[in-house]
Amino acid sequence: MRTAFIKALNELADSDSRVCLVVGDLGYSVIEEFANKHPDQFVNAGVAEQNMIGLAVGMALSGKVVFTYSIGNFGTLRCLEQIRNDACYHRANVKVVAVGGGLAYGNLGVTHHASEDVAILRALPNMTVVAPGDPIEARLATRAVVALDGPCYLRLGKAGEPVVHTTEPVFELGRAIELRPGSDVTLIASGGMLATADQVAGHLAGKGLSVRLLSMHTIKPLDCDAVVRAATETRFVFTLEEHSIEGGLGGAVAEVLAELEGEHAPLKRIGLRPEFNRVVGDQRYLKSLHGLDEEGVMKTIQPIISRSFRLVG
Amino acid sequence: MARTASDDDLRALARRLRSHSLRMISEAKTSHIGSCLSLADILAVLYGSVLRVDPKRPEWADRDRLIVSKGHAAAVTYAAVAEAGFMPLDRLGEYARNGGQLYGHVTHAGVPGVEMSNGSLGHGLPVGTGMALTAKRERRDWRVFVLMSDGECDEGSNWEAILFAAHHGLDNLVIVIDYNKIQSLDFVDKTIRLEPLADKFRAFGWGVREVDGHGVAALRSTLGSLPLEAGKPNAIIAHTIKGKGVSWMEGKVLWHYRPPAEGEELARALAEVEAS
Repeated sequence: MRTAFIKALNELADSDSRVCLVVGDLGYSVIEEFANKHPDQFVNAGVAEQNMIGLAVGMALSGKVVFTYSIGNFGTLRCLEQIRNDACYHRANVKVVAVGGGLAYGNLGVTHHASEDVAILRALPNMTVVAPGDPIEARLATRAVVALDGPCYLRLGKAGEPVVHTTEPVFELGRAIELRPGSDVTLIASGGMLATADQVAGHLAGKGLSVRLLSMHTIKPLDCDAVVRAATETRFVFTLEEHSIEGGLGGAVAEVLAELEGEHAPLKRIGLRPEFNRVVGDQRYLKSLHGLDEEGVMKTIQPIISRSFRLVG
Repeated sequence: MARTASDDDLRALARRLRSHSLRMISEAKTSHIGSCLSLADILAVLYGSVLRVDPKRPEWADRDRLIVSKGHAAAVTYAAVAEAGFMPLDRLGEYARNGGQLYGHVTHAGVPGVEMSNGSLGHGLPVGTGMALTAKRERRDWRVFVLMSDGECDEGSNWEAILFAAHHGLDNLVIVIDYNKIQSLDFVDKTIRLEPLADKFRAFGWGVREVDGHGVAALRSTLGSLPLEAGKPNAIIAHTIKGKGVSWMEGKVLWHYRPPAEGEELARALAEVEAS
């Protein structure tokens, strides 16, 4: 995803001199081409994230569209107040990019696990929160974010995420992409969980269920209409995210459904348990411990489906 | 005010900024009168003779940028912006009042001429640094002034920006430290010692000048001869007196928080300022 992002940003910077990249001394083997091609649009702020965001805001208030780039929580939580007061309150054109959303830096340590970032940044006024589902969405999101006037949080995976879309989808911030139509259950995924959700949807379809699959790449503003349709047109809604089940995509969908009047489908949030990981593991390993691999997700969904749809096996 | 203002004009402006601040803070019963009074001469000199701004065009692309990072000095900042013509003086009555737009910490929203909202310390300099970097890269001659408090120098975010600005040679960036020697709970020396402050900035690669922060002529000449050293950002350490202009407030921690009581106490304070 980060490759798709930086490639798209590079192209945008070719034709739009307002587009700048400010990195927090991270991005080895990723940002060099941008830095070499666009030296006047590139800054390495050093290991100083508060200044990185402040700097980006000052540049944005002087006419630039500024992407900050760091990994995990460094570019978000370390400088959260700068993001709130300086970027969001001033509606600055600052696009905070984090690579390694979720457990992508799994075995590097809990410090590197970005598991609450969406919940926290989603709470900020004026903020748009985007977590693309695959490299194609990452490219399209980068373009959309440049065109967006105001602050944004772009949460990316790292490297090697599979391409899920078979054709280039219409990508609009705040509008879910339907990858699969269906009338029995809905899977709503954000970020890298889109690929898992796609596989799970295939399994469920194999059992005779009609599965709707939505990529909810924009978590704020949430596509409430798509959520309401899912909860009224299908009989069960699942959210899938590589983020704490508290306050992220699942939380956002739960907020909508809690206030939805009338009969509607129940919701099951599938995500990270809200706790610090206690054993070492790479992304794949830790995801399996949280039940976020294909098998784990099926295990969560299976009994619910069996109860609701009287399916066996 | 024309940039040809005399030193006496600037002193008169500073007196008005103090009087406005006393009235605003007393009526609204808010804190930080001491911080406003220590900053008054600096703001008067900046608005009266240094800043290239146009109150008719607050968003003018080539304006100098002034960021009041010590956002608690809000009353005096609004007074300076109003005296400069960015908004009518009667809007000062909105200060910290229900339904108004002039919050008790410096706020940009709905307040023309205020570049940036502040209130949490240590935010102004990084933003000013980004502005200065942009001006440099685009070869524009506008400058960025950031007004900071001494207590604010405790914030690590400033030192991140201080390192950055020197590395990038941002000699269009100017900080003025209102060094009144008192922070929130106690004297700076008894809280987190800053001395030797000028040496710190020199060691970080900044041009430094120490100046009497109430000496209009000295401030004017320092702020009129920028950059202090070509290729280096500018740190002006303005030695000030907290509560300056009202004898019984000067140098007292108490007046970081206590507002002058309306009536006799306010009248005595105003009389002292007007006689100064």
